[in-house]
Amino acid sequence: MSKTKLKIENLYKIFGPRGKSFIDPVKNGISKQELLDNHSHVLGLNNINLDIPEQRIQVIMGLSGSGKSTLIRHINRLIEPTAGAITVDDEDILSMSQLQLREFRRKKTSMVFQKFALLPHKTVAQNVAYGLTIQGEQESIAKEKSHKWIESVGLSGFEERYPAQLSGGMQQRVGLARALATDAPILLMDEAFSALDPLIRTDMQNILLELQKDLHKTIIFITHDLDEALRIGDNIAILRDGKIIQKGDPQQIIMKPADDYISDFIKDINRGKVIEVKSIMQKGTSKGASLDSSCSLEDALKVLNNEKNNECSVIDDKGKKIGKVTLDAAIGALFREKASKNKEKYK
Amino acid sequence: MDWLSEFPSLGKRDLRDLKKGIDGSFREWSRSNGDAIEAFFDPLYFFLVWLEKLLIATPWPIILLIVAGLAYLGSRSWKLALGSVVSFMLIGYFGMWKDMMATISLISVSTLICIAVGIPIGILMSRYDRVQSAITPILDLMQTIPIFVYLLPVVMLLGIGRVPGLIAVCVYAIPPIIRLTNLGIRLVDKEILEAADAFGSSYRQKLFSVQIPLALPNIFAGVNQTIMMALAMVVIASMIGVKGLGMPVLQAVQNQYLTLGLMNGLAIVALAIIFDRVSQRYGQRLQAHRYGKEHE
Repeated sequence: MSKTKLKIENLYKIFGPRGKSFIDPVKNGISKQELLDNHSHVLGLNNINLDIPEQRIQVIMGLSGSGKSTLIRHINRLIEPTAGAITVDDEDILSMSQLQLREFRRKKTSMVFQKFALLPHKTVAQNVAYGLTIQGEQESIAKEKSHKWIESVGLSGFEERYPAQLSGGMQQRVGLARALATDAPILLMDEAFSALDPLIRTDMQNILLELQKDLHKTIIFITHDLDEALRIGDNIAILRDGKIIQKGDPQQIIMKPADDYISDFIKDINRGKVIEVKSIMQKGTSKGASLDSSCSLEDALKVLNNEKNNECSVIDDKGKKIGKVTLDAAIGALFREKASKNKEKYK
Repeated sequence: MDWLSEFPSLGKRDLRDLKKGIDGSFREWSRSNGDAIEAFFDPLYFFLVWLEKLLIATPWPIILLIVAGLAYLGSRSWKLALGSVVSFMLIGYFGMWKDMMATISLISVSTLICIAVGIPIGILMSRYDRVQSAITPILDLMQTIPIFVYLLPVVMLLGIGRVPGLIAVCVYAIPPIIRLTNLGIRLVDKEILEAADAFGSSYRQKLFSVQIPLALPNIFAGVNQTIMMALAMVVIASMIGVKGLGMPVLQAVQNQYLTLGLMNGLAIVALAIIFDRVSQRYGQRLQAHRYGKEHE
């Protein structure tokens, strides 16, 4: 595991004029609905604890109203918390003065927005250079850097266009280039690809993953789309009603959903494609063919079926045998756990 | 039961004394401070006179060239530029050239003052809700109070002439630019502002590189309205001795000179149309980025 870049501890957000006075009732378990009905305050975040590792993609997933956009805005303090602590590189960001905060936003974080939020009166090149311009960077350097990032998101030749002249996917590439141009180590992506149509969304995910291979940024990625979360997340935290109900890597979420809500959430995914053999690996080794630990079930089934005793060894990325899988285990994993509970419903 | 049918009011004598008292003290105050206040406005007076003399002294072909040039630069339309020149020639041909120059100098100076004072006030209003709630009723008052009511104290203070006329025009014409600057800035997309914040913009950077540019179409609509309202005040300003196209209209009203009134009135209308069209076109061009396709 890489080291923790960003630490969120006991974070609460209660929207309303007297938010602070409701911290204790919330800690004592007053429900979101009660708080709203009896006190007209909205519980945004409820005791969030999350360690975000460096240079990884942390996905925060939840449906609308779950508080995920609120959470990401706490990281650069676009929203002030009601209680709790957020530290970045062991630095407490909640105690920063306005000036320090501005410097933090300029140097440490950058952000990509769901609706792009480009400056409509500036050209693509000026938009990408925006973060650098407000830092007082020399014009020639800003121009050079922005050109480089425009190229890396595949928008060369569009430098002098205005955002309104570009398609949605292209606009979000500008948004991504703008965020990357400041070289900030933390990238905050608030439903960055949600407004794009499915094909373009996959495109953008590829661009992001491709860039991440070289950049190794700490990315916090908000989404409501499970496929997207599984595809790009190194870690996933699932948020519901302002509370984290499960966190872990994609395999853990699928293999061991914490509650019915998450089971329901993951019921429509293609398990054969998402589950990897390492999740169903057993102790021991086998003689026949071997499978890569990150091989998907779908691919593994074919190989397992062809083996005489229907089992294979599993090897890690260095080629070392670390365990074995059986066909039975693979088939078993294709069915959802807790399937018995839902049987009635689907009969 | 007398007290029911008659509204309880201050006694006639008391009321007269009250009015007299206020009138007297204001008169006294204006007598003792009038010179200082007049001195304060002196630079404005000199500038106004200088501009008027400059416009009148400049040979008319040059004025026509400048008019054509400005109209074209503002609107990028040959038709509008040509129309402006023809209107100016007609107005001049019918003997109203000097009056027109006086009116133009008054309108230009008052518009400049309104912009210089109004935009900063509008920006302050957009930044602080308190300033907005303090200034909005003042603007309401300025727009609804009968003009003659505030003309009176201005004349008592500064006498009759260009400067009080200018002040009267500004009081009447400044509300739209203040209101629309405030509105324009407040209407800027919250998400774009959030993005500016997220990248660490200071208030000043946000104001000048995001808010004002995006509010420009609205601000410009305010400038346009301010010009129009200033022109509407030309006749009333002439009542307190402002020279220009309004003066003959006033004479015409007093003496029933139908043609004189009509000619000068139409000249004011022509100026209004030219100013309006040119400034509107200019405002539209400022938002070219919204219709991105035009660039392609």
